[in-house]
Amino acid sequence: MTKILTSFLIGLLFGTGIVISGMANPAKILNFFDIAGTWDPSLAFVMGGALVVTAIGYRLVLARKHPLLAEGFNLPTRRDLDARLLGGAAVFGIGWGIAGFCPGGGIPALGLGRSEPVIFFVAMLAGMLAVKLLETMRSRTANAT
Amino acid sequence: MTEFTPLTSAFGGMLIGLAVVLLMGFLGRIAGISGIVGTLFSSAPASEKSWRAAFLVGMIVAPTVLFLITGAMPTIDVPPTTAMLVIGGVLVGIGVSFGNGCTSGHGVCGMARLSGRSIAATLTFMATTGATVYLLRHVIGG
Repeated sequence: MTKILTSFLIGLLFGTGIVISGMANPAKILNFFDIAGTWDPSLAFVMGGALVVTAIGYRLVLARKHPLLAEGFNLPTRRDLDARLLGGAAVFGIGWGIAGFCPGGGIPALGLGRSEPVIFFVAMLAGMLAVKLLETMRSRTANAT
Repeated sequence: MTEFTPLTSAFGGMLIGLAVVLLMGFLGRIAGISGIVGTLFSSAPASEKSWRAAFLVGMIVAPTVLFLITGAMPTIDVPPTTAMLVIGGVLVGIGVSFGNGCTSGHGVCGMARLSGRSIAATLTFMATTGATVYLLRHVIGG
């Protein structure tokens, strides 16, 4: 229960940061990338602020033996660059440029009571589930042969 | 046009960073939003889903909490059409699944750890987002 309440409060803090920073606002996102047009450099400051705090905070936190409410730190260990990673990132960027929402920006926007974030979120889920389905089918075919 | 807001954006970014650090400090987890959503809508056990669901609910109530504090609901402006939201949304869902992350997981958590994979992924999606916006606004729409 402590874990769930803590997670809720951290999610609330994360969402508050997203909304204050402008990451939940597609007009601001799209203008950040529109250097040749109505450029708004604000999002560089979001990234800068988040990175400085995270880089310092991670150092302090990861120096501890274990997290306060869990047995160990879950950190990605892979180091290789593959086509799957870069291709996926490329497709994500195209989608972000079309819709103006990324996952972290779109979810707090769901709480604004507008329809656009809901449309984006459902479409994003459909994309995620399509990939899951494809992978399940692939592994089944691989197991069958 | 949107107003250039360096101070509020940097402040918001620092709150995002603080939340990212706290999630690692308390739960030992990376705050990657696409990963959190993906696990929630998977066959993972309930124990893996509960904290993720609570995190997302926290994110969703953030605008309401801001409304209660400031007295004004945050406003956003959504230039894309419904069709663009659908197409873009599906591509985001596919991309983050193959790419194992998005702006939060790769762009903040991974970059702060100087992960080569995250730096490469972030540079890639920033480039394709920029190219897409340029195409839509200055080639097709221009």
